[in-house]
Amino acid sequence: MQEFLQHTLNGLSTGSIYALVALGYTMVYGILQMINFAHSEIYMLGAFAVYYVARFFGLNTPSTLNFIIGLLSAIVACGLVGFAVERFAYKPLRKTDKLNVLITAIGVSILFQFGGQIIFGADPKSFPDLIENTELFNFLEIPFNVVDLLIYGVTFASLIALTYLVNYTQRGRAMRAVSTKPDAAKLMGINNDSIISFTFVVGSVLAGIGAFLVATKYPKIDPMMGARIGMGAFVAAVFGGIGNLPGAVLGGYLLGLGECYLIGYGASTFREALSFFILILILLVKPNGLLGKTAKEKI
Amino acid sequence: MKKITPQNIQVNNLSVNYGNIKAIKDISFNFRTSEITTLIGSNGAGKTTTLKALMGLLPSAGTVSVNDTRIEKLTVAGRISRGITLCPEGRGIFPNLTVHDNLMLGAYLNKNSAEIKHLLEEQLTFFPKLAERIKQIAGTLSGGEQQMLAISRALMSQPEFLLLDEPSLGLAPVIIDQIFSKFEDLKKQGLGLLIVEQNAILALEISDRAYVLETGTLTLSGTGAELLHDPRVIDAYLS
Repeated sequence: MQEFLQHTLNGLSTGSIYALVALGYTMVYGILQMINFAHSEIYMLGAFAVYYVARFFGLNTPSTLNFIIGLLSAIVACGLVGFAVERFAYKPLRKTDKLNVLITAIGVSILFQFGGQIIFGADPKSFPDLIENTELFNFLEIPFNVVDLLIYGVTFASLIALTYLVNYTQRGRAMRAVSTKPDAAKLMGINNDSIISFTFVVGSVLAGIGAFLVATKYPKIDPMMGARIGMGAFVAAVFGGIGNLPGAVLGGYLLGLGECYLIGYGASTFREALSFFILILILLVKPNGLLGKTAKEKI
Repeated sequence: MKKITPQNIQVNNLSVNYGNIKAIKDISFNFRTSEITTLIGSNGAGKTTTLKALMGLLPSAGTVSVNDTRIEKLTVAGRISRGITLCPEGRGIFPNLTVHDNLMLGAYLNKNSAEIKHLLEEQLTFFPKLAERIKQIAGTLSGGEQQMLAISRALMSQPEFLLLDEPSLGLAPVIIDQIFSKFEDLKKQGLGLLIVEQNAILALEISDRAYVLETGTLTLSGTGAELLHDPRVIDAYLS
């Protein structure tokens, strides 16, 4: 029982990260019907941004302030990169065939992966120690330490903020409007381009938060770190129903839990296989995903 | 209800091309507040194109002025702020958003949340049916309710001029009567309505002025009653 609880907590922590990154895939898909393959590299760049900011300012002592500076650097860097990728790589192709944008996305992803290896170096770097990972309390002999609690807490806060933004603000309504009926959205006076750009920024910021949390927990970062988490997050988004925000969160947590149970019960060899297995299964059985539905429209 | 001062929209030599095809050829007409104006014509005559061009959704040549201010260079958002709103063909509601969210988006350019709240209450009194359905997903409304929602959403932007594209399309006669009586209410409140309709009798009956559009050119104009009794109109559209 105690062991099961421990695996569940690990699963929730891994799942939180998948959920944060999956949201970026699903938001962009929702608004542009394209998979932003560069999303996982934006995640990677978030971790490197913190690394270089910390090195530049000599932040290597654990403190609340340093933790917040680190988190904010990841957020700002990812927001800017997300904005730039959309503006310079995807926007010029807005009116062309969807396939062009998809191929461009793969290109941007490769550019960042290998550009990163050239500029940052392919060897793993150690991420600065910005928070002390002490054990806070012990429940049923399961240790709860600072970093795990921060992962739950920051993810939860981000999800609440996103839910509020999307459901209860004019900008969020505009995001949903542009994703369902771009032409009608224009008639409301919505500037579709700026809403699309904003969506990219929000998705990228969530990836940045995820990258910062992961790097805090596993402090080794390298230019290929995005590719590993990106695959899982992409599957999580498809699993939950691509384009559906609660679906991405659900998919992320289910995948995270599944992986941690596999590892915990001795089948860690199949960890990587699980996401592919889920992807194949969901495409065969329920291609719209768990929460996705085919939109029905009344004429 | 906002007080609407008398205004007039003058369209001069409006032309729209789709590639090499001239969809609208040099048409000139005007419409004003406190009046209902209709544009009738058969399929493909260019009625929807005219409305889209007035709204700034299509590139066009010619001039459009509200009173004496030229607006043809304004963006869609600029024209909405200037008091012109289009309720599009097929309603253009957001089917997966609630009635409330659809209405809120009508006031997207309005940044005053107290005013938006007041406008919303006003709309729910004007269309009590929508008040009952406020939390419902818009795609689950009946056709008539969806049309009311589309009109109500357009009114959320506090227009002085409301452009309506085929508001009667696909609706039962009882519902059409309800909606058209709302148009007369709006006219009494001082709004200027420009209605595009295939259902010519219906539209001409409530119109103060009317224009007939044929393959991109205006061929006839007059009051609603005049056109209703014009033998050429009867021949082409009413028989």
